[in-house]
Amino acid sequence: MSSGSGFGDEKGGSSSVGEPEYGHDPASGGIFSSDYKRHDDLKEMLDSNKDSLKLEAMKRIVAMIARGKNASDLFPAVVKNVACKNIEVKKLVYVYLVRYAEEQQDLALLSISTFQRGLKDPNQLIRASALRVLSSIRVTIIVPIMMLAIKEAASDMSPYVRKTAAHAIPKLYSLDPEQKDQLIEVIEKLLADKTTLVAGSVVMAFEEVCPERIDLIHKNYRKLCNLLIDVEEWGQVVIINMLTRYARTQFLNPNVNVKSDLIKSNPLGEKAFYGSDDEEGKEEKAEAAALAKRKPYVMDPDHRLLLRNTKPLLQSRNAAVVMAVAQLYFHLAPKAEVGVIAKALVRLMRSHSEVQYVVLQNVATMTIKRRGMFEPYLKSFYIRSTDPTQIKILKLEVLTNLANETNISTILREFQTYIKSMDKDFVAATIQAIGRCATNIGEVRDTCLNGLVQLLSNRDELVVAESVVVIKKLLQMQPEQHSDIIKHMAKLTDNIQVPMARASILWLIGEYCEHVPKIAPDVLRKMAKTFTNEEDIVKLQIINLAAKLYLTNSKQTKLLTQYVLNLAKYDQNYDIRDRARFIRQLIVPTDKSGALSKYAKKLFLALKPAPVLESPFKDRDHFQLGSLSHLLNAKAGGYQELPDWPETAPDPSVRNVEVPEWTKCSSREKRKEKKVEKPFYSDSEEESGPTESADSESDSASGSGSGSESEESGSGSESEESREESESEQEDKEDEEDKRKKKKKTDRGKVKAPAVESPERFFFIFSRFRFLILEVQRLASDSCSLRTSCRRWHKKTIAPSGSVKTYELLHRITGEGLGVEYCFSRQPFSPDAHMVAVQIMFTNNTNAETKNLHVEDPKLQSGMRIKEFPEIELLPPGEMVTVVMGIDFCDSTQAANFQLCTHIRKFFVSIQPPVGELMMPVFMTENEFKKEQGQLMGMNEISEKLTLGEKCQNEHGIVQRVTSAANVSRSSCSSSLKSNLQVCRKDGVQWDFSVGYCDGDWHNAGEGYSTGPNPVAP
Amino acid sequence: MIHSLFLVNSSGDIFLEKHWKSVVSRSVCDYFFEAQERASEPENVPPVIPTPHHYLISVLRHRIYFVAVIQSEVPPLFVIEFLHRVVDTFQDYFGLCTEAAIKDNVVVVYELLEEMLDNGFPLATESNILKELIKPPTILRTVVNTITGSTNVGEQLPTGQLSVVPWRRTGVKYTNNEAYFDVVEEIDAIIDKSGSTITAEIQGVIDACVKLTGMPDLTLSFMNPRLLDDVSFHPCVRFKRWEAERILSFIPPDGNFRLLSYHVSSQNLVAIPVYVKHNITFREGSSQGRFELTLGPKQTMGKAVESVLVSSQLPRGVLNANLNASQGTYTFDPVTKLLTWDVGKINPQKLPSLKGSMSLQAGASKPDENPTIIIQFKIQQMAISGLKVNRLDMYGEKYKPFKGIKYMTKAGKFQVRT
Repeated sequence: MSSGSGFGDEKGGSSSVGEPEYGHDPASGGIFSSDYKRHDDLKEMLDSNKDSLKLEAMKRIVAMIARGKNASDLFPAVVKNVACKNIEVKKLVYVYLVRYAEEQQDLALLSISTFQRGLKDPNQLIRASALRVLSSIRVTIIVPIMMLAIKEAASDMSPYVRKTAAHAIPKLYSLDPEQKDQLIEVIEKLLADKTTLVAGSVVMAFEEVCPERIDLIHKNYRKLCNLLIDVEEWGQVVIINMLTRYARTQFLNPNVNVKSDLIKSNPLGEKAFYGSDDEEGKEEKAEAAALAKRKPYVMDPDHRLLLRNTKPLLQSRNAAVVMAVAQLYFHLAPKAEVGVIAKALVRLMRSHSEVQYVVLQNVATMTIKRRGMFEPYLKSFYIRSTDPTQIKILKLEVLTNLANETNISTILREFQTYIKSMDKDFVAATIQAIGRCATNIGEVRDTCLNGLVQLLSNRDELVVAESVVVIKKLLQMQPEQHSDIIKHMAKLTDNIQVPMARASILWLIGEYCEHVPKIAPDVLRKMAKTFTNEEDIVKLQIINLAAKLYLTNSKQTKLLTQYVLNLAKYDQNYDIRDRARFIRQLIVPTDKSGALSKYAKKLFLALKPAPVLESPFKDRDHFQLGSLSHLLNAKAGGYQELPDWPETAPDPSVRNVEVPEWTKCSSREKRKEKKVEKPFYSDSEEESGPTESADSESDSASGSGSGSESEESGSGSESEESREESESEQEDKEDEEDKRKKKKKTDRGKVKAPAVESPERFFFIFSRFRFLILEVQRLASDSCSLRTSCRRWHKKTIAPSGSVKTYELLHRITGEGLGVEYCFSRQPFSPDAHMVAVQIMFTNNTNAETKNLHVEDPKLQSGMRIKEFPEIELLPPGEMVTVVMGIDFCDSTQAANFQLCTHIRKFFVSIQPPVGELMMPVFMTENEFKKEQGQLMGMNEISEKLTLGEKCQNEHGIVQRVTSAANVSRSSCSSSLKSNLQVCRKDGVQWDFSVGYCDGDWHNAGEGYSTGPNPVAP
Repeated sequence: MIHSLFLVNSSGDIFLEKHWKSVVSRSVCDYFFEAQERASEPENVPPVIPTPHHYLISVLRHRIYFVAVIQSEVPPLFVIEFLHRVVDTFQDYFGLCTEAAIKDNVVVVYELLEEMLDNGFPLATESNILKELIKPPTILRTVVNTITGSTNVGEQLPTGQLSVVPWRRTGVKYTNNEAYFDVVEEIDAIIDKSGSTITAEIQGVIDACVKLTGMPDLTLSFMNPRLLDDVSFHPCVRFKRWEAERILSFIPPDGNFRLLSYHVSSQNLVAIPVYVKHNITFREGSSQGRFELTLGPKQTMGKAVESVLVSSQLPRGVLNANLNASQGTYTFDPVTKLLTWDVGKINPQKLPSLKGSMSLQAGASKPDENPTIIIQFKIQQMAISGLKVNRLDMYGEKYKPFKGIKYMTKAGKFQVRT
């Protein structure tokens, strides 16, 4: 303790780091008074080996940070605990690190290795959190490490880690913008990701790093549209806003042809008073010219897709999502369809006042362009006395915009109530609004004017002043009829003090002095008396009034004018001095006076156009609605302009994704067949051994999907069938031998092109075993193209690429010179759709000809059938010949045994199919898939065992082994399997994962699928 | 997106700050304080304030301003909605979202904020996920934690974030499986001087408290779903099913949540359950004003109108009110000029009334505005729109849950102009 106090004395005076931090902790507050002692104490606690003490210390430190107190001197003590076992301590250390690492860059480096270790952790959550903290530490020196980590995480198996990688991209970008090019590559790769988890985050990164690279979106456009509804709400907002911009660059204006019709058919003659009529008129003209050349507008199906897929989101509970969809419709939808957003926006008005504020701003802008949309909801904009003033004023704006001949009387009645409000700012705004209604709607002009004149006798000066200003504007429209009002207002100059109002009255009298010839000079006299005490705007108007009177009635006012001008000459304000000098030169004839003075009267008393009272929200829609810039009516940093529609549509084919065309199967037919087959299931039940059942197909498919290798995952193409078979050929063979046979289901999905039922999603199922699902997204309108593409699949199918694995049927030594190999060509076997095509390659290695090659005496399991290849008459020495035979394996992996005969010998051979070869692609909608899957009953499994070597411990290895064992390959489709699974999950179908380890000998169990490596020891 | 967050209390002190990117000096809040000074009422502070280098977006809840600092273009509603979500989360965790509650739980608050945003972009905002990550403080847990030194951070890593049903935590277990649904409707109305309705609409919500084991899949159907004109759903509700069959089908989050909010189509005439007779007059030249108010029920389908509370902002010229309530108690605050009358239950046989005189400032002219009367009430066991739940079914789990449904009608923004 003595050393502690000594330390305190020594440093106590050097600086003060603020008040003691123990306020919230009374137990210790009294004991330690000095900061240094206290920090010592915290350091001690952090150094102790008791987690509870560390935790307590960290809690206090975090409390300090929260209150904005400096805790940076504790950095070395805290950073030591970064590897602490206790999760909460660790988390709090992370909080501290992220806050102070920027200030203590060197020391922060100490922690990096911990995170690097975390990046390799088998648990995806730990990998993610390590990446998150690593990328949040703003230390420039680790940029290369971050870059590497992001790249690695972007091809991680776990979508959650990939999401974190997407989050890390903008962090790295803000730290070092020079990494942009590399980051764009990562973004491109992640944009191709098919999980909903990643979509929102990566689009966010896209928007921050490279919003101009709209070309990256093409290939992902349809996928984003389709995933949208399942993305989390914040991601939805970002994606919708981005897609709005995208659509503006890629599609044609849907309103281009309709516009003129709409205006013409408008019964109310909107054009007469409508704020934006000029613009529309212009557009109309330009468009009429263009119309002649233009083909009738047909909406791009992708444009329609976007509109259709965003519409349900109007029902979101999240106001930001609703607003995003609303702006999308406003900017992109045909006029006839924009109406749907009104209801949702009106609903938002029930929300918190801040939400109301933003929504009303946007509604105000929309009502100028599309008034009809909100007219049915007029009453929802009525003002309540409890609304905050800013909301009241916005509602008033909307009401004014909505006013037309039919509803003006109700609106004016409402306005009358508002004028009595206690909130004077609001009353003033109401008076302005009445003025605007009066200028816009001729019928009610007199009514409004009378009402406003009555307000002139209001007790509140602000009300009177505002009325004066508005009346002035109204009178300008028809001054002749209203000289009594002008007289009335002239009287007000005695009482009213608000400068703007006084200025308005003076201007009125000056402008219409001919209507009030007796009063005007008198007013000038009074004003001359008080000139020096007036506000600047009033002074300017006095000068104006004097000048106008001098020109019309110089006899009475000459002296007064000169007096006023003299006063103005010595005014403090240079504007007024300037004005006085200018006017004197202009109106008072002197020798030097120029040619202009002749025209003075014309200049001053020219007929002035009546002011147009415009909404402050006019033309705000050149900002994207819902954006910050729109709200402020000023461009905010980072705002991306909403581009104009292109004149001609860019090539829509850029959005086509290369999808291998699969055949699809009529689901209806399938269902029927299934019913017939039912008994078969029960029969075959005995066959199934008491094995650890494994749905190996489904597992391997999914595993391969998530475990996409880095070189493959970005490709996005779905044609990577049978890539990996070659990788583990040998093991595969061994595996096949100890494959345990299980019963399979004889479901023969007929390859047929059906009518498209549901427009949404189709699942390919590789049938015979129907577990492997792949997904392709199509539009309903595509049904024709689908049909044709099915045909093409027959022809092209999955052409056996070089990677198709060949098996040896007969070794050339046992075959006495005749070598036979076979492979599964994956072509449909045209004579019988149920058969698997087996391509057999004969090589004659002898010096003699081999003759009459044919199949004889097949020994087959019940139900299996074989279609022999046509006899080969002659195989010359050294030559090779290839034939195709068909085998119906009856959905089992049992071998087909038969004899291969030449003219001299017979060889017993057998062909055993790997599971993957028994499958064929089938189309299914999501629901059908679920139904089918539900009927599987766990009796349709094939299990196999494989032994993992020591080296094969990471997920990648395991996944590879499984895929090769099942002889299916990963295809990038299987990541969409995940989204499919999500749907299933949402719908309550349980897909629980379980992957188990068994002393290096592992099996996959259950109907399962694992998104990540969560190895659970059985 | 969101750069920093400052929490400002009603007296203008910043009592919490959190930065997600580089630190922004708290002096940026000076612009906010300026705007606050300019605004006459606390709720009149503009939600978006531009400053030279940043934009401040704030929400006011529970007399605390949540001021978010942003640096570049972002949809303002995005930030506002998020801030409200933060407040909702705090409320969920601490019961109350007051300055004291936040200060007491500053570490939990910090941990929550850390999880909710990553680099300013929302990460985990679902209460179910957050509760898995960070356990809400309860009295029992606080006691246990102090004794055992254990923590309130979840020991297990949350898998909810990875799941495809992110709103539901996994491994839920209850001994009593219950699902309660409250249908609460609010009437928003403006009644004019003569008692006729200017505008009236019904807004409703269905709040649920679901405590069911496992992964239940629920469907809820209505007798008269056509009544619902405009709906917004919790993300768990399957939209397609609603579109096609008008059935709510969902896997519920665990605990309390708002399943649905709706608006009843405006074609249906809204039954106004109370009427008000009023006579509030100020005579010219007199320093006295008369105040008479009588409440009565109408169209309540035999249900009692309860918890009635009348309030009115009297004109500034009123010095005091000397009134006589036939039932309940009234208070008049001479500073804010707010008159409140706690009526309680309306007895149709003996209508509650509040009568008396108001004294005005001597010599002042008569106020030209008449006060608006704001009424709050509750009617139990009735949904004023007539909405009825038909049935609730559960799939996916074997047990039989206990199901309950409750209806209630409340006054929303119910104003009578005088």
